[in-house]
Amino acid sequence: MPLEFDPVTIFDAVLAGILTGTVYALMATGLSLIFGVLDIIDVSQAGYVVLAAYLSLVLQQALHIDLFLGLLITMPLLFLLGLAIELTFIRPIKRDRTQLSILVTFGIGLVIEGVLGVKFGTTEQELNAWYITQGVKVGNFYLSYVYIFAFILAVVLIGALFLLLYRTKFGRSVRALMQNRTAAQLIGINVERVSAITFAIGVALTAAGGMAYGATTPFNNNSWYDLITRLFAIIILGGLGSVQGALIGGIIMLVLSDVTAVVWSPVWSSSVFFVALVLLLLFRPQGLFGRLATRKQ
Amino acid sequence: MSLLEIHGVSKAFGGIHALDACSLTVEQGSITGLIGPNGSGKTTLFNVITGYERPDAGTVTFKGTDITNANPSAIFGLGMGRTFQLVRIFPRLTVMENMHIAVQRRGLRALLSRWTAPHERAHAQELLDFVGISHLTDAPAENLSYGQKRLLEFAMILIALPEVVLLDEPAGGVNPTLATQLTERIKMLNKSGITFLIVEHNMQFVMSLCDKVAVMHRGALLTEGTPEQVRGNPAVLEAYLGD
Amino acid sequence: MKQPLNSRLIKIAWPLLLLVVAVAFPLIDNSPAEQNVAILTLIFASLATAWNIFSGYTGYIALGQTTYFGFGAYAFSLITVNQHLSGGFGLFLLVPVAGLIAALLAIPIGWISLRTRGHAFVVITLVTVFIFQLLAFNLRGITLGSAGIFLPAPGFPIDWILLPYYYVQLAILVLALLVSWYIRSSRYGLWLLAIRDDEDRAEGLGVRTGASKLTAFIISAFFVGMVGAMYAYFIGSIYPQYVFDPALSITIVLMAFLGGIGTLSGPIVGALILETAQQYFSMNAQTGYYQIFLGALFLIIMLLLPQGIVRSLSRVWTAWRVRRGAGGSPVASEHQPVAVEKG
Repeated sequence: MPLEFDPVTIFDAVLAGILTGTVYALMATGLSLIFGVLDIIDVSQAGYVVLAAYLSLVLQQALHIDLFLGLLITMPLLFLLGLAIELTFIRPIKRDRTQLSILVTFGIGLVIEGVLGVKFGTTEQELNAWYITQGVKVGNFYLSYVYIFAFILAVVLIGALFLLLYRTKFGRSVRALMQNRTAAQLIGINVERVSAITFAIGVALTAAGGMAYGATTPFNNNSWYDLITRLFAIIILGGLGSVQGALIGGIIMLVLSDVTAVVWSPVWSSSVFFVALVLLLLFRPQGLFGRLATRKQ
Repeated sequence: MSLLEIHGVSKAFGGIHALDACSLTVEQGSITGLIGPNGSGKTTLFNVITGYERPDAGTVTFKGTDITNANPSAIFGLGMGRTFQLVRIFPRLTVMENMHIAVQRRGLRALLSRWTAPHERAHAQELLDFVGISHLTDAPAENLSYGQKRLLEFAMILIALPEVVLLDEPAGGVNPTLATQLTERIKMLNKSGITFLIVEHNMQFVMSLCDKVAVMHRGALLTEGTPEQVRGNPAVLEAYLGD
Repeated sequence: MKQPLNSRLIKIAWPLLLLVVAVAFPLIDNSPAEQNVAILTLIFASLATAWNIFSGYTGYIALGQTTYFGFGAYAFSLITVNQHLSGGFGLFLLVPVAGLIAALLAIPIGWISLRTRGHAFVVITLVTVFIFQLLAFNLRGITLGSAGIFLPAPGFPIDWILLPYYYVQLAILVLALLVSWYIRSSRYGLWLLAIRDDEDRAEGLGVRTGASKLTAFIISAFFVGMVGAMYAYFIGSIYPQYVFDPALSITIVLMAFLGGIGTLSGPIVGALILETAQQYFSMNAQTGYYQIFLGALFLIIMLLLPQGIVRSLSRVWTAWRVRRGAGGSPVASEHQPVAVEKG
């Protein structure tokens, strides 16, 4: 296969990678936060993303609410859903949290997939808006405005999340919990409350991620399988439980995929990233920013 | 040459020096007690000796072999067994199954043999009898009391016929009757040739059992001698009361 | 531990009786639709049993067994098509070959993924399925991509066209069960269980944890690969998205959990229940309801019966016997090492 190295095209690919990568980073950040605080892998995260995409679709089609404006409804809605799920399904898992949580959240994902399947079937859906069809010409290709808007949205939300983590009392509790659960408990942090809120925040963030995902990719109720793999790959690359790692992992993944797509072939875009991931794991099993999973003596 | 020689071992965690040029020798056939105030580095020293942690500096020699950077499995294979301050057994296996984890014989045949065969069980049963928990053979290990778990952990080590056994607070959380029983067992095993290095807070236990006592303070060896010598040493008292 | 003779007889008699029923089933019930379901059930029971050999014993939850299923299916199909082999009994000889090829693939993948533990391991195994699905789609020169591969018709007489698949698959299941049972009663099996309970401590006691895990991983992949080949031959065609299907991994895990992981009979019980349900939903309900059912079942099993049906039932049974004064002490009767695992 011929390789093409046109600097303008590569620049475009890097730009597109950074723009979409930030949206993925937003979704992965939620996943990483949940992992760090609750010590669980939340497979259902991708399910909420797809659910959010459908919610945006419904709001737009039935009530003619703009996609970005609709977030004012979907984000609180998903926050409450997250809260309810944490209380009913995550909290009761006491023993073998690692294993059981993955399977429980997979069960949640399946229920979401099933409900969406019953309601909407498996036909691929697309979101529509003027900023999806219109755009600007950057270099050699046409960049739809939604990429820029979604990027700005993701940056704003990630910024807000970091303010929450590093400038508030709640954020301090979250960071303490991520570092040492037992110690956090000893200094009087309400672990259950912080866990529930963190989970809900993680789910609420998918509302924005899901809207952006739906605006840039056709989706159906099965899309979450593909999505969760990407999100997992991102947080493993960044290092499990590292919020910064998720951020950088997301951008690296998308830049790498997009550049591969233009230099080589779109067919291989995800494969190159997965190969990079495997190579990294050979030398750093803990990921870029992670700590190695070791057991206490 | 002593059986176990620790020379100038240092280990720091972050900025804290858990071990600071610590040296200690353990003679063949002895029961050596290792005491010292909390945080003086006893457990870290155990971890370094048995390969669970790598020292920053210094050497550990066992039977003339340098084991400083060997892994726990290799060190165990050389004949050094240990127990943990917080008991580590396999909770979801039965007592008998726990007994069969430790390697006694090498090779594929031993690995593929069915441990449930009568002759395989007999030896384990004898040891469980020896430590006094043979009535619990088929109970899941997690159902044992804390003291019984300690005895099981001890028996699990013994099945591999170690030359030296390191016990980390063997009397901790064990009722006095069991502790006395444990003292007797250790003495019997010692007569049969097993060397012991024991970390223990229970002074009575240490003084009645050990023929040599080493005192650690701030990651280094403060003094060593017979139990009487150590007891009469004002520096030891100061280490415990000071700071 | 002495057991009364009749209880030991019962332990041997039950599996034998079940085997006789399994062997006789297609001879008595010759409805193709039901034989079809029976073969699929055997396929899933074999997969869940193979999964159990690695994940059930070591506690490392692998979500990537589909990788070896798909690889076995592709190895089998590609050899058949490229060598222009014709259908018939001869193709069954290729099944163990496909299993071996899948096992070979498991060596490097297992080696890399087993460097991690806990969460990271689970996630990496799930990611491998997608990598191979992508490869199967994209390496068109070899796999024909999304066009799929079609296998030659078996050419068996219509009267008993399904019987060869049924009996070969049954043989694979019985072999997997025997291997699983042998491992469970060997010291090697104890090593795997010790890894599940406390890997570092096991290592400190001389257990060769790395080699033990990898071996179990490869044995499991061997059986899964064989089942993949059987599936390809039985269905007659393969496509990337159906043989490298992440949902298949999950179904296998649910089956094992449903019956009870770490037990011999658990995966079979789970496969029977789930396959029946799957058939029911595919015939009687529109898309989506099966996922809802599966998801809800997941939640119920994980939260209420994490030990699985087999162990929970045996506990109820023991309690009942104790109440009647028939059994010995509950501890002794519930934890005879091999007896309980046989369920």
